Amino acid sequence: MSVPGIVAINTFREAVRDRVLYNLVFFALIMIGAAILVGQISIGIERLVIVNLGLTAISVFGLVMSIFIGVGLVYKEIEKRTLYTLLAKPIRRWQFLVGKYGGLLLTLTVNTFFMALGLAAALFYVGRTFVRSDALILVAIYFILLELALVTAIALFFSCFSTPMLSTLFTLGIYVTGVFATDIRNIAGFTSNGAIVYPTRFLYYVVPNFHNFNAIGLAAHGGQIPFALFWQNTAYAALYVALLLIASAAVFSYRNFK
Amino acid sequence: MSTPAIEIAGLTKDYKIGFWHRRRRRSLDNLTLQVEEGEIFGCLGPNGAGKTTTLKLLMGLIFPTSGTAHIRGRSIDDVEMHREIGYLPEQPYFYDYLTARELLDYYARFSDFSATERRERVEHYLAKVGLTTAGNLQLRKFSKGMLQRVGLAQAILHDPQVIFLDEPMSGLDPIGRREARDIILELKKKGRTVFFSTHILSDAEMLCDRVAVLHQGKLQGVGAPAEIVAIEAHTTEVFFEARNGHALAPCLIERATQTGKRYRIEVPEADLYPLMDQLRDCDARVLSVAPVRPTLEDYFFRLVDKSQAPSHAVEVRTK
Amino acid sequence: MSRPSQTRVVWTAVFALPLLFASVAALQTRIDAQTRKQSQTQEMLLLSSPTVVKKLSLGYDSLLADVYWTRVVQYYGERLVKGGADYDLLWPLLDITTTLDPKLVVAYRFGAIFLSLPHVPPGSNLVGGAGRTDLAVELVKRGIAANPENWVLDSDLGFLYYWQLKDYKNASAAYLDGSTKPKAPQWLKMMAARVAAKGGSFENSSLIWSEVYASTKNPQIQKLAWTMLRALRAQDDEMHLDELATAYRKRIGRYPTSTAELLNAGYLTKIPVDPAGHPYVFGAEGKSRLAPDSPVVIPPK
Repeated sequence: MSVPGIVAINTFREAVRDRVLYNLVFFALIMIGAAILVGQISIGIERLVIVNLGLTAISVFGLVMSIFIGVGLVYKEIEKRTLYTLLAKPIRRWQFLVGKYGGLLLTLTVNTFFMALGLAAALFYVGRTFVRSDALILVAIYFILLELALVTAIALFFSCFSTPMLSTLFTLGIYVTGVFATDIRNIAGFTSNGAIVYPTRFLYYVVPNFHNFNAIGLAAHGGQIPFALFWQNTAYAALYVALLLIASAAVFSYRNFK
Repeated sequence: MSTPAIEIAGLTKDYKIGFWHRRRRRSLDNLTLQVEEGEIFGCLGPNGAGKTTTLKLLMGLIFPTSGTAHIRGRSIDDVEMHREIGYLPEQPYFYDYLTARELLDYYARFSDFSATERRERVEHYLAKVGLTTAGNLQLRKFSKGMLQRVGLAQAILHDPQVIFLDEPMSGLDPIGRREARDIILELKKKGRTVFFSTHILSDAEMLCDRVAVLHQGKLQGVGAPAEIVAIEAHTTEVFFEARNGHALAPCLIERATQTGKRYRIEVPEADLYPLMDQLRDCDARVLSVAPVRPTLEDYFFRLVDKSQAPSHAVEVRTK
Repeated sequence: MSRPSQTRVVWTAVFALPLLFASVAALQTRIDAQTRKQSQTQEMLLLSSPTVVKKLSLGYDSLLADVYWTRVVQYYGERLVKGGADYDLLWPLLDITTTLDPKLVVAYRFGAIFLSLPHVPPGSNLVGGAGRTDLAVELVKRGIAANPENWVLDSDLGFLYYWQLKDYKNASAAYLDGSTKPKAPQWLKMMAARVAAKGGSFENSSLIWSEVYASTKNPQIQKLAWTMLRALRAQDDEMHLDELATAYRKRIGRYPTSTAELLNAGYLTKIPVDPAGHPYVFGAEGKSRLAPDSPVVIPPK
C-alpha cells in the first residue's frame, strides 16, 4: 500500500473508534421520525419533504463532520505529538497530509453511504416504490460529497498552521462566502465603481462557489440535471482540492514543530 | 576510517521570539560532534540545554538555522535516511484508540516487511518490552510507563541501525529502567548505535561509551562519563543524633545542619575519619554515612561559577 | 468523594430537581402569557422579507420552504377552528414559502383558494379566507411562471377568474392555456369552451369545484370543495323549486307553503331533499330555502 494510503486507513480507523459514526444514530432517528410524522403534517408532498429533509441532513451532518474533524486533522497530531514519531519514519510531509485528507474523505464517504441507505428506506416507507427520478437523489448526494471534499480540504489547509477555534471560523467563513458567491458576483454588476468591481470579481473567482453543488431542490422536485454539470462539478472540486493540498503541503513543509 | 554513524557539523538553531519576531534566542550553538558505529552515546545537560533540540533537528522536525548533519553518510534532509533510524520522543503519546498491537503494526507498515514478518516482529517486540498481555488494550488506557515501553518497541521494531532516544527512562519504574537498560545493551551487542539524551547521570555512567555535555545550547565537553564526573571531588555526608544522656560536642553542632533531632555534616573524603573519631568521642549515634554524588546541576552550577570552560574538557577523539 | 457526601448530593438532587423543573415550567407559562399580549406577527414570520429569508437559508431553502409550508397549514387551521379570525399573515407566509421554493405547487394552490375566499363574520360556520383575490391571482401567476409545464396552476387561475372575479373571458383563456400543457386532462379544453359560451352557471361551477376536489390531497381544500358542491346543488334545487312555486302560483293563485303541496299538485314526484338529506321548506313569497336544521351552508354572494 502507498504511504498516504497507510496514513489514510489509520485516520479512518481513528475516526471510527472515536465514535464519529454515531452521528448516524441521530440521522436515523430524524429520518424515522420524519417518515412517520410526514403523513400527518404535509399531506400530498411526503416524498418531497423526505427528500428535502434527508438531503439537507446529509449535507449539514457532513459539513459539521468535515469542519470539526478537518480542523483537527493536523493540529491534533502536532498537539499530541503523535506526529513526531511518524515523521521519523520514511514518510514525506506531503504524503502525511494527503493521507490524513484521504482518511477523512473516506470517513465522510462511508458516513454518507449509510445515510443514503437510510434516506432510501424512509422513501420506501413513504412512497412504496422507486421511480426513475430517484436517480437524481443519488446525483444530489454525489454533489454533496464533492462539496464536503472541498470543505475538508479547506479545513485541512487551516489545520496546518492554525488552532482549531480559528480554523473553524475561517473555514465556516469561507463556506458561507462561497454559498453567497453568486451574490458577490452580482454586486459587481450593480456598480461601475472600479474599487468595488475588481475586488468583488476577484473574490468571486477565488472563493469556491458552493452554489454549484446544490441540487437538493432539483432532486426533491425531480427536475433535470444536465450531464455537463456532472463532470464540470467533479473537475471543479478536484482542481480546487489539488490546489488546497499543494498549498497545505507548502505551508506544512516550513513548519518547525517545537 | 569508517563513516561515523552520526556526524554533526556546526549545527545551529535560532528561534525568533518577541512580538515582531525581532529578537533571537539561540537554542543550539554551533554543535559539532561525531558518534561512531556501535557506540552508546549519551547527550547530557540540564533542562533547556538543547538536547531535545538536537534530536528534533536530526529527525527533521525542526530545521537548522545553519550547519549540517549526516546519519550513516546520508543528510538529514534525505527521507530515505529514516529507513535506518528509530526514534523515541520525549514523553511519547500515541493514538488514543489504537491498541498496542495496532500501533506497532501501523508503524511497521512504513518499512518493507511482508505481512507475516510484520506480525512476527510485532509480537516479538511486544514481548521484549513486556507488553504481550496488554497488546490488545487501547493506548488511552496505558500508564506512562507502558507508553514509554511501547514507544521503545516502535523505535526498534524495524531493526534500525541508529536509534535515537529522548529521555528513555522517564516514567519507568525500577524494573522498567532495568529492562530498558538491558535492551540498550542488547542493541549495542548487535552492533547498533544508540544516541540518547538524559539528565540523569547514573544512567549515562552505566550505559554510555561516551557522553556529550550540553549547557545553554553549547557543547561543554565530550568524553567517557568517568572523565567528566571525575572533575569534582567526592564528599561524604554523615547523619547522626545524640544518644540519651550524652551531649554532643558544641563544635560538632556548629558545623552541622539540624533537622529535628538529626544532624548532618558534609566533609571531604580526607576528613571523614577524623569526624568519625569526634562522633565516637561523644558517643553519638551514627545514622548513615554515604558519599555525595555530584549531580549534573551541581556540576554546571560550579561551571557557571567558575566562569570559564572546565579545564578538564576533553576534545573529540578520532579512532 | 466519600460515601456520605455522595448520598447527600444525590438525595438533594432527587428532591430539588423535580421542584426546580416544576418552577421553571410554571414560570414559562407566566412568560408565555405575558408575550401573548405582545404582537405575534413578528414571531410567526421571524423575518418578513422573503429574499432575506432565502439568503439566510444558506442553500437549504428547499427544506425551509417545507417548514414554512407546514406553518401555513397550521396557521390557517388554527384560525379556522377559532372562527371569524382574520388571515393577515397568510399572504406573507405564502410569499416566503414560494420564494424559498418556487416549485412548491401545493403552496400556490392553497393560496389560490384560501387567499381569495371572503372574510366571514364571527360565529359563522362558513369557511373563510383572507379575502384578497388580487393577491391570490398574483401568487398563482407567479406559480405559473415558475412552473410553466404544470397545467394544474392554470386551472387554479381559471378558477379564480371564474368563481371570485366573474371574469369569464380571462377564465376561459386560463383554461385554454392550461390545456396546451403536457399531460393536461381533457376537461380543461372543455371548460374553456363552456365558460366562453355560457359564463357562470351551476353546471360549470359544479364541474370546476369537482375538479378542485379531485385534483388535491389537501383535506382542508377537499372539505371546502365538498361544502361548495353541496351548496351549489342546494342552490340549484332552490332555483328549480322557486320556478315551480311561480308556476304553482300562476295556476293555483298563491305561493305554496311546503313542498308537499307541490307534490300533491303534481309538480314533483317526490319530496325533494337537500344534499344532507333534509327536506326543503318554503318561506314567504314562494322562496324555497334549506331546512333550519340542515348542515348544508350556502355562502353569501
